[in-house]
Amino acid sequence: MATATTAPAAAFRPGRLLATAAAIVVALIWVFPVYWMVNSSLLPNVILTSATPRFVPTGFIDNYVAVIKSGGFLNALGTSLLVTLIAVAACLLFAFCAALAISRYKFKGRTSFVLTILFIQMLPAEGLFVAQYKLLSSADLLNNAGGLAVLYTAAVVPFTIWMLRGFVAGVPADLEEAAMVDGCSRGQAFFRITFPLLAPGLVASGVYAFLQAWNEFTIALVIMQKENSHTLPLWLRSFLMQSNSRATDWGQVMAASTLVAVPVIIFFLIVQGRLTSGLVAGAVKG
Amino acid sequence: MSEDTDAKVRPEPAAKSRQHAGAVAEPDEVLSPAPTAPRRRRVTWTPYVLLVPAVVILLAALAYPVGWQLVTSTQQFGLAQQFHVPPDFVGAANYLTLLADPQVWTVVARSLAFCLVNAILTVLIGVGLAMLMNAVGRLPRLILQIALLLAWAMPVVASMTVFVWLFNWHTGVVNWLLTRLGFDYVNHNWLASPLSFYFVATVIVVWMSVPFVSFSVYAGLTQISGEVLEAAQLDGAGGWRRFANITLPMIRPVLMIVLLLQIIWDLRVFTQIKLLQDAGAPIASTDLLGTYIYRLGVASSDFGMAAAMSVFVLILTILVSAPYVRSLIKEDN
Repeated sequence: MATATTAPAAAFRPGRLLATAAAIVVALIWVFPVYWMVNSSLLPNVILTSATPRFVPTGFIDNYVAVIKSGGFLNALGTSLLVTLIAVAACLLFAFCAALAISRYKFKGRTSFVLTILFIQMLPAEGLFVAQYKLLSSADLLNNAGGLAVLYTAAVVPFTIWMLRGFVAGVPADLEEAAMVDGCSRGQAFFRITFPLLAPGLVASGVYAFLQAWNEFTIALVIMQKENSHTLPLWLRSFLMQSNSRATDWGQVMAASTLVAVPVIIFFLIVQGRLTSGLVAGAVKG
Repeated sequence: MSEDTDAKVRPEPAAKSRQHAGAVAEPDEVLSPAPTAPRRRRVTWTPYVLLVPAVVILLAALAYPVGWQLVTSTQQFGLAQQFHVPPDFVGAANYLTLLADPQVWTVVARSLAFCLVNAILTVLIGVGLAMLMNAVGRLPRLILQIALLLAWAMPVVASMTVFVWLFNWHTGVVNWLLTRLGFDYVNHNWLASPLSFYFVATVIVVWMSVPFVSFSVYAGLTQISGEVLEAAQLDGAGGWRRFANITLPMIRPVLMIVLLLQIIWDLRVFTQIKLLQDAGAPIASTDLLGTYIYRLGVASSDFGMAAAMSVFVLILTILVSAPYVRSLIKEDN
């Protein structure tokens, strides 16, 4: 590390060369499963089940056609979209109000609310799903997108509040006040001044909530047991299990995985920076 | 928001400037309709109203289930209750049964061991890769970061199908590679014995979790000034001493949080274990806490026992999370 800055730039540094080689090798190892998924999805099953694996795809797209035509995919896509959209909208609205309350007002119970939020965020779905199953079954909401969306909203709201709190606190209250001095009502000041400044925070939190709800597996497995109410992760699992009973068509399974993964990867790249800093907020400053 | 109307009622310049003056400290109080009244007296309801939706949904979807679980864990709950026979109160009997069951202790011990091994491996490798990022030039660093980001972004279920395919006994590329390297791995079934099952699970969990650790620690490393390290080098400190005496203490706060989060997350590992079991592993000998509760509650409908076990997991998680929450609170203040 320090060698890099002290040694003359042109000097030959075997240590640095070794590190570069190691970085490339590690990168290849880490990316390999993702590459293998896409590669296998573009190969016919005959090649995939042959004795030697093939490392370059042939541009074979029949797997994708077969997956999309299999029916379950579009249905699961619809369910996932519905559940996720309800959960994201509710989560953003609720979390935004709560974030406004805890970062703009001093009130009795504020600290205990923040503390509760942080603890709730740690509750494992694995310790709650049985009770949540009973809850939804008594409300007759099993296999119902709305019921699942309620559970997802509750699961994601705590972290979203925590994330938005930082953004709201980052917009100084003086700005709003100044606008009100210039003749805006409180509502106008909020929507013209504060809201646009919060937009990046809302987008980041929204994408985070989207990813959580879109990828969630455990609660969905318990709540959405009927096949026609499967979300995408459940559909992918049952697609794999169905094909296990025959000889597994790995090309199709990988095409299905790619279809599930690609939108997630794109969204993830948008919010990645904020996720890291949100989770370890401030720890760096020591 | 009731404050909206309050603000509109007072267009007079005097009131406005008064509003502006007190704005920074107490925005809610400033807008009170009677500025002559003593300011601190008035309780504003706005923050409470704003909290209502979040609190309601958390009570309904999380607090109620936790309460239900506490009650049910003291009840005899079985198949008969599925047909609306009211459950019997049995006190701590479920807990005693659990505590007396060697299978439960095996699962707990396994989960703790799995969690610790995975968390420590993840943090060690994560720190290693962060140092690697710090040591190389821009291009190799970018390549490494993109590879890690892709792994991080993969949805769990999609990664699981890929790893099941990679470790497939018949046509998986791992067996092919190991055989090519001279080992006898033709048709080797990785999921058949618990030890190699956990090896595969560990590979998957570490692969998925390392990117988060690396990026967090790398962010910490970039905060360390090169001058300090250089000065230490001029004073004759070797690479190891510079790492142990300068780098490590400076990234300690990040490391502690990241390690805690990994322990919390790895304790509740469910999806990976469940999907590997689906792929044909023996179930009873590979269960961890999550899948064990799933089998008790969902597969055999023994809600009393499942609830008792869940309460146990909740307590375990809260105990483990407490330091993390405390450090976040410290940051907040």
